Amino acid sequence: MSPLTCGVSLLSVPIGSELEQCPAEWAESSRGDLAMSTWASYMTNSPTVIVMIGLPARGKTYMSKKLTRYLNWIGVPTKVFNLGVYRREAVRAYKSYDFFRHDNQEAMKIRKQCALVALQDVKAYLTEEGGQIAVFDATNTTRERRDLIQDFVKENSFKVFFVESVCDDPEVIAANILEVKVSSPDYPERHRERVMDDFLKRIECYKVTYQPLDPDNYDKDLSFIKVINVGRRFLVNRVQDYIQSKIVYYLMNIHVHSHSIYLCRHGESNHNVEGRIGGDSELSPRGKQFAHALRSFIEEHQLSDLKVWTSQLRRTIQTAEELRAPYEQWKILNEIDAGVCEEMSYEMIQNTFPEEFALRDQDKYHYRYPGGESYQDLVQRLEPVIMELERQGNVLVVCHQAVMRCLLAYFLDKSAEDLPYMKCPLHTVLKLTPVAYVQTVQTFYGKMSRDSVLIHRRNSYTPLSSHDQVKRPRLYSAGNQPWLPLAPTPSALMPEGRQSCIGSESD
Amino acid sequence: MSGTQRTLTQNPLEKTWVPSLKTRLSQRRGSSVPQFTNSPTMIVMVGLPARGKTYISKKLTRYLNWIGVTTKGINLTPQGFTRDSACAIAALKDVCDYFTRGQGQVVVFDATNTTLERREVIRSFAKENGYKVCYFLGQVKLTSPDYADCDKEEAVADFLKRIDCYKLTYVPLDDDKDRNLSYIKIFNVGSRYLVNQVQDHIQSRIVYYLMNIHVTPRSIYLCRHGESELNLVGRIGGDSGLSTGGAKFASALGAYLRGQCISDLKVWTSHMKRTIQTAEALGVQYEQWKALNEIDAGVCEDMTYEEIQENYPEEFALRDQDKYRYRYPKGESYEDLVQRLEPVIMELERQENVLVICHQAVMRCLLAYFLDKSANELPYLKCPLHTVLKLTPVAYGCKVESVFLNIEAVNTHRDKPVNVDVDREPAEALETVPDHV
Repeated sequence: MSPLTCGVSLLSVPIGSELEQCPAEWAESSRGDLAMSTWASYMTNSPTVIVMIGLPARGKTYMSKKLTRYLNWIGVPTKVFNLGVYRREAVRAYKSYDFFRHDNQEAMKIRKQCALVALQDVKAYLTEEGGQIAVFDATNTTRERRDLIQDFVKENSFKVFFVESVCDDPEVIAANILEVKVSSPDYPERHRERVMDDFLKRIECYKVTYQPLDPDNYDKDLSFIKVINVGRRFLVNRVQDYIQSKIVYYLMNIHVHSHSIYLCRHGESNHNVEGRIGGDSELSPRGKQFAHALRSFIEEHQLSDLKVWTSQLRRTIQTAEELRAPYEQWKILNEIDAGVCEEMSYEMIQNTFPEEFALRDQDKYHYRYPGGESYQDLVQRLEPVIMELERQGNVLVVCHQAVMRCLLAYFLDKSAEDLPYMKCPLHTVLKLTPVAYVQTVQTFYGKMSRDSVLIHRRNSYTPLSSHDQVKRPRLYSAGNQPWLPLAPTPSALMPEGRQSCIGSESD
Repeated sequence: MSGTQRTLTQNPLEKTWVPSLKTRLSQRRGSSVPQFTNSPTMIVMVGLPARGKTYISKKLTRYLNWIGVTTKGINLTPQGFTRDSACAIAALKDVCDYFTRGQGQVVVFDATNTTLERREVIRSFAKENGYKVCYFLGQVKLTSPDYADCDKEEAVADFLKRIDCYKLTYVPLDDDKDRNLSYIKIFNVGSRYLVNQVQDHIQSRIVYYLMNIHVTPRSIYLCRHGESELNLVGRIGGDSGLSTGGAKFASALGAYLRGQCISDLKVWTSHMKRTIQTAEALGVQYEQWKALNEIDAGVCEDMTYEEIQENYPEEFALRDQDKYRYRYPKGESYEDLVQRLEPVIMELERQENVLVICHQAVMRCLLAYFLDKSANELPYLKCPLHTVLKLTPVAYGCKVESVFLNIEAVNTHRDKPVNVDVDREPAEALETVPDHV
């Protein structure tokens, strides 16, 4: 019996002539063989350390966090290691920029010690905790420090990729300081002018010993990207593999201009009313009202240059039509394909495919409908949408429940466990605006929300995103299930307190 | 209230919903793919000749066309050497025509645009017409295919003459003075890139593509799964296992590959049983890609062509009318398939020796990319069972070697019939259906 899972390299396991699909027994193999549960599993087994380089207030932490969020979303376990956090652990009270003077020997000792501790944590994450990428977020401005890191990386057979942020625009730097440094734990009194003054002096300390990457000589064999003046220019050197090229592509597409992304579902559809999932039904009368309300909403908010995107299913298009504005249809925004369960109500699924129904509740993220898709497939499908949302300014995405959950999980950094249970009710618009390092969410409820059918299934909802980045073993095998009735799931396997409810839409 | 809710009608071919009123808003290109380029873009190649510019520009043109961005290469390296700028002006007229009448989106202007003066001509031309410009400086060192068929000595002499002449007037793009221009500089056979002011989606896609291609010699092997149970009975789609013939093919494939002595061969399959069973017989590691799954035939899954004709005669006819854009009800079109396969192509570019075990429609899409086949030809490319296509990049294209592994299999290729009208007779529709059990 050969367990088959998506995108995994198998050892050559001799099998009989039968291939069986089995929702169980994932053979635990050694760390080196336990392939990444991503669709790009041909990524090498060597973990990668991404090393940020740059003077303070150059956007290193911003890029580190965003990149980490993106990589985790596409299924690559990634974690940021911010040296400032270690330093604040070691030196409880920050007094002034004097700590950062390059001739402050005692401070230098402490800072180097912090780096070593952080690197040990990196090692543990990548070798014992199932991490694939560690982002080392620190200034790393001297060759000495970078050589230290390279020795560490070589010792452990990791790959290394440098991301240097270079900026000489004083306005950008001042804006950065105001946005994130004023509220840093280093400055509890938050006195803007004092913070600005101290921080600028801190930067001067680093400038004394700053040795930027030298692509022509000293650093010509390193793999790196230099981001110059907030993405106006990039220098890319020696990209080694798939994940590095994705990182470069991502960094080239993000920008720092203020913009908002509006996410909502189509108006209530006829299938929603009947409690059926999937399909391609039209808007119900209430759904049409929502579309009309959406139009007023947009007009009220005077959104300049708003792009509108829909899927290619009727219900989103009908919603957008009401806006009387140009819109783009994306097939990849279509709702999750429920395969053989398309157009069924949850009751029908429970009656016709009880074991499928149970399996889905066990691992909703990885579960794939027979002949259909999983949330994991959906994430892969939606990646170009995310990339394009990063490039764009103000966008309104009119989509579907499962799709909206995936997009929202990207913006709000939700784990695979939380994603399929995120609340995305009908007739609600979520406005996402980046502030400092996070997304703020404003929720706008349509007037009809009290009356419309409650779509969200009453199921256990995990409120906090799990920080556990270790990938769990898969429960399900690839592809479509052969059309055979399976033995009923023993009740011992049903999660406690779980009850299936009637809802609609692929939940 | 909403007042006049415009009704949506479904385009019968592509199954896309469009408003039935013809207004300014509904005049969309009617493609299933969002259009990102509002202004047409000119990619202008700068640099000395025979440094791989033509290679890059042809490859880029092929890639962009394949993903659905109508692109044309306009080449200005004339046979007889001349620095005459009249040629350039004529070419710019062509560009204008292509963007306006031809509805093109991108032009790759491959010329030796080395003089400042000529670059200025291009820049002002673009500004006048509202076109975007992105300069591309490829310094990829390559043996020039320009000289493939020439006498060696003569070629070298001519080449040196060209270089010398150009060197006198060559002014490279200046990092400082030209900092507001969009440009991409490639150094050292593609190991380093300098990207300046990338403006939009198309430009960032182009940069991503360029970063992933390489010139290391290698071969790509494309084949379908072994003959399946459903193949035998003439049914499309589904997820059946290999027939006896198919299993024989799988072992023959193993023997063939061992004979080829390929170093470091990667093997890719789809998530469907028949490709996985084929790979299993090879006894090596393989990767599964959901993106390599066969085209989704929607309501026609598991049907024979005869059954499709009986149950959905209109659909069957529409498909024959425009097989590339036709989308099965609740299924996919070839156009959708290309979008789905783009990450596969990108990874194939990054990799070296790869064997892709896939399906008929998928293989046609991949083949069309490598052999630069148009959307009209793509759905009719011949990809028979039990035949391996070995693709080896040479010069500006790909050499194809077709190897039939001598295990009999059914034919699954259905040619376009003569009569594609919706009101044709069933016999006319079925005349090109291949034999099956």
